[in-house]
Amino acid sequence: MSEYIIKNGKVYDPKTGIKGEVSDVCIKDGKIADKVSNKAKVIDAKGKTVMAGAVEIHAHVAGPKVNEGRNYRPEDKLFTYQPTGKNTRMSGGFSIPTTFKTGYEYARMGFTTVMEAAMPPLYARHVHEEIKDTPIVDEGAFPVFGNNWFVFEYLKNNEMDNVCAYISWLLKTTKGYAVKIVNPGGSEAWGWGENCTTVNDPVPYFDITPAEIVKGLLTANEKMGLPHSIHIHQNNLGNPGNYETTLDTLKIAEGVKPNNKFGREQVLHSTHVQFHSYKGDSWATFESGAKEIADYFNKNKNMTMDLGCVTLDETTTMTADGPFEHHLTSLNHLKWANVDVELETSSGIVPYVYDPNIKVCAIQWCIGLELGLLAKDPMRTFVTTDHPNAGPFTRYPRIYKWLMSNKSRQDMLKGFKNSDKVIAATNLASIDREITMFELAQMTRAGPAKALGLYNIFGGLAPGMDADVVVYDLDEDKVKNPEEIEKAFSAADYVFKSGTMVVEHGEVVSNGNKRTLWVDAKVPENKQVERDVQMKFLKFYSMNLANYEVSNHYVPNPYVIEVDSN
Amino acid sequence: MSKTITDVICPFCGTLCDDLTVITDDEGKKILDVENACAIGAEKFLHSSDHAHRVTRPRKLQEDGSFKEITYEEAIEYTAQMLAKAKKPSMYGWSSTSCEAQSVGHEIAELCGALVDNTAAVCHGTTLVAVQNVGIPSCTLGEVKNRADRIVFWGCNPAHAHPRHMSRYSIFPRGYFTGKGQKQRKIIVVDPRCTDTASLADVHLQVEQGYDYELLQAIRAAVRGQQLTGDIIAGVPKEKVYEAAELLKSGRFGVIFFGMGVTQSLGKDHNIDAAIMLTKDLNDYTKFSIIAMRGHYNVTGSGQVLGWQFGFPYSVDLSRGFARYNPGETGTIEVLKRKEIDAFFVLGSDPGAHFPMQCVKEISQLPSVAIDPHITPTTAICKVHVPVAFVGVEVGGNCYRMDNVPIESRKVVEPPEGMMTDQQFLEAVLKRVKELKAN
Repeated sequence: MSEYIIKNGKVYDPKTGIKGEVSDVCIKDGKIADKVSNKAKVIDAKGKTVMAGAVEIHAHVAGPKVNEGRNYRPEDKLFTYQPTGKNTRMSGGFSIPTTFKTGYEYARMGFTTVMEAAMPPLYARHVHEEIKDTPIVDEGAFPVFGNNWFVFEYLKNNEMDNVCAYISWLLKTTKGYAVKIVNPGGSEAWGWGENCTTVNDPVPYFDITPAEIVKGLLTANEKMGLPHSIHIHQNNLGNPGNYETTLDTLKIAEGVKPNNKFGREQVLHSTHVQFHSYKGDSWATFESGAKEIADYFNKNKNMTMDLGCVTLDETTTMTADGPFEHHLTSLNHLKWANVDVELETSSGIVPYVYDPNIKVCAIQWCIGLELGLLAKDPMRTFVTTDHPNAGPFTRYPRIYKWLMSNKSRQDMLKGFKNSDKVIAATNLASIDREITMFELAQMTRAGPAKALGLYNIFGGLAPGMDADVVVYDLDEDKVKNPEEIEKAFSAADYVFKSGTMVVEHGEVVSNGNKRTLWVDAKVPENKQVERDVQMKFLKFYSMNLANYEVSNHYVPNPYVIEVDSN
Repeated sequence: MSKTITDVICPFCGTLCDDLTVITDDEGKKILDVENACAIGAEKFLHSSDHAHRVTRPRKLQEDGSFKEITYEEAIEYTAQMLAKAKKPSMYGWSSTSCEAQSVGHEIAELCGALVDNTAAVCHGTTLVAVQNVGIPSCTLGEVKNRADRIVFWGCNPAHAHPRHMSRYSIFPRGYFTGKGQKQRKIIVVDPRCTDTASLADVHLQVEQGYDYELLQAIRAAVRGQQLTGDIIAGVPKEKVYEAAELLKSGRFGVIFFGMGVTQSLGKDHNIDAAIMLTKDLNDYTKFSIIAMRGHYNVTGSGQVLGWQFGFPYSVDLSRGFARYNPGETGTIEVLKRKEIDAFFVLGSDPGAHFPMQCVKEISQLPSVAIDPHITPTTAICKVHVPVAFVGVEVGGNCYRMDNVPIESRKVVEPPEGMMTDQQFLEAVLKRVKELKAN
């Protein structure tokens, strides 16, 4: 394999503690190395920024609802198509790009690892078919557990060993990566057209509460020592006043200590927190609850979060939170798709236009950024748009610009049609913090890699780690205009994935050798769970058990993380 | 001795039953018996096993109308040359094959600037357009089994077209919240004919042919409690419309299944718009879903693969170097009628039997290749016929059920000696097309 030496760049790497000092990065045999031979190809990074490949912790990029979004929104492809290139397939789409475009665009921005945030187990094969067709980036997918009948029944009977055995079985069967919880209990309630909007609303028939579901899965996750913590989309998403529900959920993790061998320090990851940080009691009195959430978050070190920043675009919302999407379509009257999945989850899709002229949208924009700026620990705070819910992932460079430049934020704030009302309902105007390049490396590389339990291979530039390296044509100390930040992060100068150059001067030059990450957690043999699985498939599933498992050939290049949960 | 293979997937209709048991001879060459399948599904397996009546090598149409056997290599060369030289070839079908084969076909289409279209063109394409207009509240078939107490069959006749649908998912099964099975469910059938499905209905609305849109909108109005005018609406007495609306609203979980009776009759996608909006309206009172009764076992999969690779579910035109979608303009029937294409490739479908005669005549004038295990009206008019192994019988591969649930089909017997699978054939064509395009 070829060797590279990236010379004289300004390196930002939390793993080794390099904060913008000029130094060299060596790549050999797909790994970061101490040194390379004199045959190594030299990349001159003088005056440029060098970081590890970025890690996406939460995006909806593959699977049934993403594809339904593509198919039911032909309008999303307008003016976006790129023809077939020398190394690339034709690709298009804006908020829900084709799989090829997803891979190319992530790579061009310097991302090398991406996590699909919600995989309905029954549709796992579809998710993996799409992952297989997404070039370059390593991917994993989180199966959803928060509305699963097995989980409900075991938790209700207080059978923690069975919960663990079931989690282990489902991760292996679906080739999944982590325990995802979406609107715990609420998506099952949606089977009857209902919802759980607080952590104490009982789930119809199953007689269990969201709080019990979260607590139970959190306990199981730590008992098993999985690489990632539970990854939770709280109840009551998107409603004014919901920050209290969010706090109620976060409190469930209070005092719990992490247990794992992967260097992960959190026990709960709270996702797209922007959607969960609303105050007020109606859309008229809608205001930011970011301060309350950030204060709590700063005090409690055993949790991480991602922002879910609104980018003020026309986009496509999609979530396993079925009742929320029904609520949204009744607000904006745009086309509504819904899929309830037997025994497992629900899901919905509605297009949405975040219009800067609408007060609520502008306030949402503020809240996402406020959270990023008020949270004190960038190692626990990650930039996302909950792609495509708050905006497409291709807008990350613009969010970096807003986070790194107070001027760009204040210009936006002043430009809103309802500027005064927006400023009054938020804290953003009074926040002058600017995220530094080192902090950005924490928020987009080291932090998410660590939260996923992957910090020994991804997110850093220490020798022996995977050679995922990015060079951006940007010098932190010489930025005159905030637009330069957005431009540089939109198309990296060089991107290396596992030692292969995949992007050169902003263009894709190789499709790399992408891998699928999944977790194989070994638990003691559990006859009870085996029998329960057989019975549920016999009686209630519409598919035979023998046809449920995702066979290995759908995961042609696996990277299996083994966990001994015995 | 014989071998028994369980949990076999049936590659016939969109119901995609996955509980078949196939019994083969000891060498795994001949199928002796098929259990659990419907009559059509069982026949598909048994028929494939009858090698004596199958074409096992490609054939080329001669000037005198007869077919002459050619080698697979010659067929690959003909296909690759035809597609690579064509300015605007059409690659149609894809509904009776695996997603893996579709994926290879799409790469060829991209290189050759082809139109890619599936059998939704003559089936549920109007449904896909309606979904693009108004969305679709839906659920998996297991949800129907476990929860549904109101079932509507509109313009479809599962008793004949999807024979095991009613017993596996919709009318008879006992699920988690539906322990009494059929007794717990109310069935409404909307059909101008007294079909075998209608004979099972609690309410049969005998809609006047072509008036589905009117009846759907009348039920929507009745659901909202509005007054209907006229005694007879779309051939149905007013009282019966009110009764049906009340029945729908009073359920806990309802589902509308619909088929070609509404998608391809007068009104087309507008009918489905109205059916989806009725479903959406009903969600203000109870829980309701709507599911299209897809025909071919993997027409749904073709829409999925096209979706993630190009962003559109059918009628995709790649001839300009990027994907365009405009059903009515870029659909296969339309381009054939306009005589716009200069080569025709078909796999996993039989347009010769289902397209308008004008289109069939046009196909017969074009350089053409048909990939199909059977002799069909299409293979009879194409210049080259390439027989391949049966997907789901002689080779596995992924398929999508009518509710978009993916199920991997299985190989149960060996294909006749020396036969290619469609994926192998397409891969060989792709390799050759790449060589031709490189020069």
